[in-house]
Amino acid sequence: MHNSLEKQKYPGSAFLKFLIYFCACLTFLVLIFLIAYILINGIPHINLDLFALKYTSDNASVIPALINTVVMTLLSLLLAVPIGIFSAIFLVEYAKRGNKLVEIVRMTTETLQGIPSIIYGLFGMLFFVNRLGWGFSIISGAFTLAIMILPLIMRTTEEALKSVPDLYREGSFGLGAGKLRTVFKIVLPAAMPGILAGIILAIGRIVGETAALIYTSGAVAKAAEGLFRPGRTLAIHMYLLASEGLYMDQAYATAGVLLVLVVGINALSAFIAKKITQA
Amino acid sequence: MKKSKFFESFMKYVFAVAACFSIAAVALICIFLFSSGIPTFKAIGLFKFLFGTLWRPGNDIYGILPMIVGSLYVTAGAILIGVPVGIMTSVFLTYYCPKKIYKPLKAATELLAGIPSVVYGFFGLIVIVPAIRNMELALHIHGKGNCILTASIILGIMILPSIIGVSESALRAVPHSYYEGSLAQGATKERTIFKVMLPAAASGVLAGIVLGVGRAIGETMAVVMIAGNQTKMPSSIFKGVRTMTANIVMEMGYATGLHREALIATGVVLFVFILLINAFVAAIKKKGVEHA
Repeated sequence: MHNSLEKQKYPGSAFLKFLIYFCACLTFLVLIFLIAYILINGIPHINLDLFALKYTSDNASVIPALINTVVMTLLSLLLAVPIGIFSAIFLVEYAKRGNKLVEIVRMTTETLQGIPSIIYGLFGMLFFVNRLGWGFSIISGAFTLAIMILPLIMRTTEEALKSVPDLYREGSFGLGAGKLRTVFKIVLPAAMPGILAGIILAIGRIVGETAALIYTSGAVAKAAEGLFRPGRTLAIHMYLLASEGLYMDQAYATAGVLLVLVVGINALSAFIAKKITQA
Repeated sequence: MKKSKFFESFMKYVFAVAACFSIAAVALICIFLFSSGIPTFKAIGLFKFLFGTLWRPGNDIYGILPMIVGSLYVTAGAILIGVPVGIMTSVFLTYYCPKKIYKPLKAATELLAGIPSVVYGFFGLIVIVPAIRNMELALHIHGKGNCILTASIILGIMILPSIIGVSESALRAVPHSYYEGSLAQGATKERTIFKVMLPAAASGVLAGIVLGVGRAIGETMAVVMIAGNQTKMPSSIFKGVRTMTANIVMEMGYATGLHREALIATGVVLFVFILLINAFVAAIKKKGVEHA
């Protein structure tokens, strides 16, 4: 007899449960295997030669690429962070609900977020490298990357600003502070950890980026002598080593270095984000 | 007093101008890509370009159908592999995961998103390619391991974080009363999840899948390292294939004249695909908001 109160055995239940556990294990095992494999094969090949100050065809040193990466990161952040934070301030603190401009800005940031890095690279090549005549250079790469990370910084800053309680703002207004002062002295400091977590996430993307840079910043294996000079970042270096096939040992080692760097950066961002939720 | 008032409204405009940067960026990208691509479509012939099966830059023959098909094949493969695993993992994280290990596992899925694509490509090159090659040897199939299957596996892994993240938040957004209601009717936990919760979260899950499609079709470096890059129409999943993205990266370095224009036009075709996918995601999201 059909009794709705009694637990019916659904024939697929056990099988579905097995599938759920199987797929979850698969996801996490793949991640662990990937990281472990790269590190275990990479670390033994890391030696002093790899960190020689000058790149030669013997040592395939990562130092010039590392220097370029640092310069590229700083420059892109310098361009994108102020604009990103200011836009987020406009969206959260100033714009009125249902503002047409806000809707368009939201739509375009979402579009930017969906554009793959190769398209950014192509645009950077057409606009910064050719049209503006900056050539393959660190500065062309940095401008390209700045556009790429802009939506990320905007979104994380927006979320951080929104999570600041309105009480703070009201308190500040009540004490006679103006809007601007409230934003800079009260809201931004309170939102800082969230903004910082977003910036660090952006650093992770810059360090790992290849496709957007290969035809904007060039592939020269030297530390760039100026902002208008070409230079490869660590991720491009890694790609070229692996695809040339001549320096497999160094490629393993560089993959290890790159992975540690990016995973470390992401962990730092997660750590800071966690700090906020606890506070 | 007056000075500070002026400054207040001045800064308001500064913020507004900053917000307009993203609009300017999208406009510039569209203008530059389309204005460089459209004359090329005319020069080669749009139909010939999109549906030509031969890519012979040396003879000025530019047909990118093999690359379009290649992009679609590896994306479809990635979806076949990534979507079931991703949805199941999100179900695990939402309903089965013990509280103690939830945070590290969640962080792990985010880590998966942070790994650079060159590292995925390298991993594919040194692990998946040889594995597939050995499998092909065992099955007596002619191949070198760089093929659609290899690219699909790596892309399948790469799209996992988008699918897991979006599906999980969609599942969590379904009211808990649905879950309790179904259990109270005597359904098992699994039946509840697959017959009640997942259908209720369908639009969110779909948005995650479409997001994954966007990532897979736009992925460049990982694919270029492992997919073989032949410009022939693929006849099986063990054949090498070149995607639109790979086409751009591989030949842009030395291309000149019409060849270079054709590569930029390849990027334009890819860009149109991406815009369509973005519009689709936006439409799903909007529908979801209206429902709620």
